[in-house]
Amino acid sequence: MNGFEFFIDPSRCIACKACVQACMECDTHRGRAMIHLEFVDRALSTQAAPVVCMHCEDPACARVCPADAIKQTEDGIVHSSLKPRCIGCSNCVLACPFGVPQYVAQIDQMMKCDMCFDRTSIGKKPMCATVCPSQALYYGTAEEIERMRVEKPINEFQFGNQTVRTKVRLMSAPSSARLDFDVTSFMPETDNHVPEITELVVWGG
Amino acid sequence: MATPALDDAAFIEKYGPHLNYEPSGGWNEHSNCELVKTHCCFCGVQCGIQLKVHENKVVGFEPWEEFPVNRGMLCPKGVKRYLQNEHPDRLLKPLLRTDRGFRESTWDEALNRTVDAIRKIQNQYGRDAFAMLGGASMTNEKAYLIGKFARVALRTANIDYNGRLCMVSAGAANKMAFGIDRAANPWSDIPLAKAVIISGANIGECFPILTDYVWRARDNGAKIIVIDPRMTPIARTADLFLPVRPGRDSALANGILHVIIEREWVDREFIDDHTVGFDHVKEVVAKYTPGFTESITGVPAASIVKAAEIWGVAETSMLLHARGVEHHSKGVENCLSYINLVLATGRIGKPGSGYGTITGQGNGQGGREHGQRCNQLPGARDIENPAHRKFISDFWGIAESELPHTGLTACEIFDAIEKGEIRGLLSISFNPLVSIPDADRTRAALNKLEFFGCIDFFLSETARHADVVLAGSLQEEDEGTVTTGEGRCVRLRPSVTPPGDARVDWQILTDLAARLGSKDRFPYAIANDIFGDLAAASKGGVADYSGMSYARIEQNMGIFWPCPSLNHPGTPRLFEGGLFHHPDGKARFHGIEYRPPAEDVDKDYPIFLTTGRVVSQYLSGNQTRRIGPLVDQYPEPLCEIHPLLAAKLGIANGNVVVVRTRRGEISVPAQLVRTVRPDTVFVPYHWPGKKSANLLTNRALDPISKIPEYKVCACRVEKVETT
Repeated sequence: MNGFEFFIDPSRCIACKACVQACMECDTHRGRAMIHLEFVDRALSTQAAPVVCMHCEDPACARVCPADAIKQTEDGIVHSSLKPRCIGCSNCVLACPFGVPQYVAQIDQMMKCDMCFDRTSIGKKPMCATVCPSQALYYGTAEEIERMRVEKPINEFQFGNQTVRTKVRLMSAPSSARLDFDVTSFMPETDNHVPEITELVVWGG
Repeated sequence: MATPALDDAAFIEKYGPHLNYEPSGGWNEHSNCELVKTHCCFCGVQCGIQLKVHENKVVGFEPWEEFPVNRGMLCPKGVKRYLQNEHPDRLLKPLLRTDRGFRESTWDEALNRTVDAIRKIQNQYGRDAFAMLGGASMTNEKAYLIGKFARVALRTANIDYNGRLCMVSAGAANKMAFGIDRAANPWSDIPLAKAVIISGANIGECFPILTDYVWRARDNGAKIIVIDPRMTPIARTADLFLPVRPGRDSALANGILHVIIEREWVDREFIDDHTVGFDHVKEVVAKYTPGFTESITGVPAASIVKAAEIWGVAETSMLLHARGVEHHSKGVENCLSYINLVLATGRIGKPGSGYGTITGQGNGQGGREHGQRCNQLPGARDIENPAHRKFISDFWGIAESELPHTGLTACEIFDAIEKGEIRGLLSISFNPLVSIPDADRTRAALNKLEFFGCIDFFLSETARHADVVLAGSLQEEDEGTVTTGEGRCVRLRPSVTPPGDARVDWQILTDLAARLGSKDRFPYAIANDIFGDLAAASKGGVADYSGMSYARIEQNMGIFWPCPSLNHPGTPRLFEGGLFHHPDGKARFHGIEYRPPAEDVDKDYPIFLTTGRVVSQYLSGNQTRRIGPLVDQYPEPLCEIHPLLAAKLGIANGNVVVVRTRRGEISVPAQLVRTVRPDTVFVPYHWPGKKSANLLTNRALDPISKIPEYKVCACRVEKVETT
C-alpha cells in the first residue's frame, strides 16, 4: 500500500499473541506462524516483545545465506526463504541482529515474516497489525503516526560499529523514564510485604 | 440419579476436551469461501469478524475492518474461535444416560423423557421444584425465550443465569445510583478522557481490544490509573498503579474521595442540581484519611493522594471497572463507592466523561435485560412491580396471577438442590461445576438431582451429570442479536447450520414448550419472530428495543438502547444534561463504610487467594479448552506467587504447590512473578476437576446482588515434596 509503513511499539504490547495466532492463518503459510512473541522476563514483568521482521535495507540474513534463498524485492521486503533453495543451515538465524528468522525442523526450512506479502501486495494490511488489540503493531502512514502518537519512529540501529537501517520502524519513547517492575515498589515502604503470620504457619505456627 | 456413569478419563476419551488444530479439510486453501460478517462468540466487546464459510463449514476468518468498535482488531480467542466449528467433540445427537455412560437417541425420545421428568417432579414437589439455568453468552432472542419458557411453559419462579456470576453487583449498583443498568458511555468516550481509572479490570487479557482505547486516551494526554492486586499488562506502563490488597476496594475509593473533598475538587453545582445524598457520603469518608486508607488497602498514602490529584482536577474522565471490584460479598458496595467518585466530580453524561462496568460475557448486557434473571421481566422490568407484571402477563396472554414471582439466584438454586427443595434442573449455556465457587458442593448437588437436562454443543463437565443432553447450537449456527458491554445491540448473522442431528437452541426450547402444552404461546418460525416479540415486550421498559429491527441494526453497525421508535437513532451516551433515571431525575450517592471480605486471612490461612482469567481462555473453557492453539498458549493453571513469599515458603519457579482453603485444595505449578502482591496468590479459573480454582473459592454471596466472592478468600500454599 502506497506510503504505508510498519511500526512496532513494544511498550503497548499486552503479550496476547493475537499477532502470532493470526499470522498462522495467512493463506500462504497456514498452520505456521512466521513471527513470534516472547516475554522479555515474565518473572519480572508482563513486558513482551513481538518479533516481526525489520526488513533491513542491507539484510544480514540474505548476505550470509550460502544458498541465496532469501530474496529482497524492490519494495524493500526481505522475503522468507525459498523452499527449493533453503538448506536449513541456520546461518541467517545466527546472523540476524534482531532475532527474527526461525529454523523449522519439521520442514527443514527457515521461515520468517515477509510483511504479509500476499496481503500487502493487493492493498490489504498485514494480518498481525490488523488484529493487534493494542496496536503495538501498526500499519499506516508516517503522517498518521506523527499525528497520533508521542513516541517517535526510528529505523537506524547501532550494533557495535555497524549501522543497520530497516524498513520497519520501532517506536521510541520521548523520554526514557525508569519503570518499576516489582509490585512491592508500589507498596508502602513500611509494609513488611509478606505477612508475618506466614512465618507462624510455615515455621511452627 | 445424576451421578456420572463414567469416570473423568472415560468421558474425556469419548467427549473430550480434544484439541482441534486445523479447520475441517485441513490447512489447504479452501477456494470459493463465503465471508459472513458477524461477531466473536466470546467476551462482551463482541468484536466484528468475518467467518470464512466453505460448504456449510467455518474454515477460517478474515478481519472485518469496517466494524467501528474493533476495526479489524481481534484477540487470540477471536482469531481461533472458528476451530470450535466441525470439532471432533461436537455433539451431533441427543444423548440419554445409561449405566455405561450415554447412548444416542432420537429427538422424540429425548424430548419426551425430559418432559416426563419435568411433569413428574412438578406434580410431586410443586412447580418451583424444577429450576432452569440460562447463560449470558446466548443471543437476546434466547435470553428472552428462556425467561418466557421458564415462566409460561415450566411455570417455575426459579430461573436464573450465569450472569449472576459475572457483573450483577455492578448492575444492582447502577440501578441504585442511576436508576438504570447499562454502561453510561460508549467506548468511543475513552480516548476523549483526560483521566482514566481502571479498577479490577485486566483489560489487556479480558477485553484486549479495549487496550487500544486506553492507549489512545494516553496518546491524547490522559493519565491512566490502574487499581489491581496484580500488575496486569495495562498496569505496567500506567501513570499510577495502586496495588490494592484483595477485598479492600471500597476503602480505597473512599480514601480517594476523602482527598478530593478536602481539596475542594468536587463539583458543588452538579451535586446540588443532579444528585441526592452527598452529605452522608462526606460524613462517611471523613475518617478515610490517606494514612487510614493505607492501613486498610496496602496502597501508600502518597499514591492515594496522587490518584486524587489526577482525578480531582481532570477536565474529562472515565471510570471503568470489571470483576475485580464486583466479585465480592460486598460487590454492590464496591461499585457504589466508585460511582461516588464519578458523581462527586460531576463528570458523567458528557463526551469523554462517564463510567461503566466492562461486561465479561458475550451478551452480558443483553442477557440480563430480557427476562432470564430470577427477578426480572423483559425490557429490564421488575418482576415485583405490579404495572410491569401486568404489562408482561398481558403481552404473554396469561393471567397476572399465573406469572411467577422472584425466584432463587444461580448459587441459591444449588443451595436449594442441596436442601432437597429443588429436584430437577434444565441448564443451557452454563457450566456450573467449573464456574460456581466451592465446586465440591456443586458436584454433590448435581449428584442429588432427580433429573438433570442439559442443552449443550459440547459435553461440558457439568453435562456429564445429565440424564438427557440435548445437542444444541454454537453461536455461528444460529442467528440473532447480542448487546455489547457498551449497550450496542449488534447482529449475529448465521454462518452455517448445526451439524448432524444437532438443532438450533431456541427450536429445542419451543419444542419442549409445545410438549409441555404451551405450543400456542411459542409460535416462532424464525429467530426474527422472537426478536420482534422481545422488542415489543421491551416497549416502555427501561431497556427499550422497540425501535430496532435486524435491518436497522445491520445498517447502523449496531444500535444503542434505549431505542423507543423506528426513527430513533439509539442512545450511545446516557445521562446527558445530568438527567438520571430515578423518578426525580437525580442520581443517588451511597455512603459506604468499608467492611472486610467474608473470609479474611488469619493464622491458619494467611495468604489471600484471588482468581481470574488468562487471555487465551474463556470462562469455564467448554469451548476454548478444545482449541489447540489456545491451549498451547497457556496449557494449565499456574499459581502466580511473588518471589518474596515463595522464598519464605521454600518454593522455586515450576515447583508443584498445593493451594489449600477451608473448602478444598488443588495442586498446580508455581509461577514466580514480581507482578503480584507478596501477600496474595493468583490462580486462573478456566479448568475443571482437580485443577479447578473454584474448588478453593468461597461461595459467600453479596446480600443484594447474590454475586459470589471469587476475588478474595484465605489460603495456604505449600510445596509438594517430590519423592
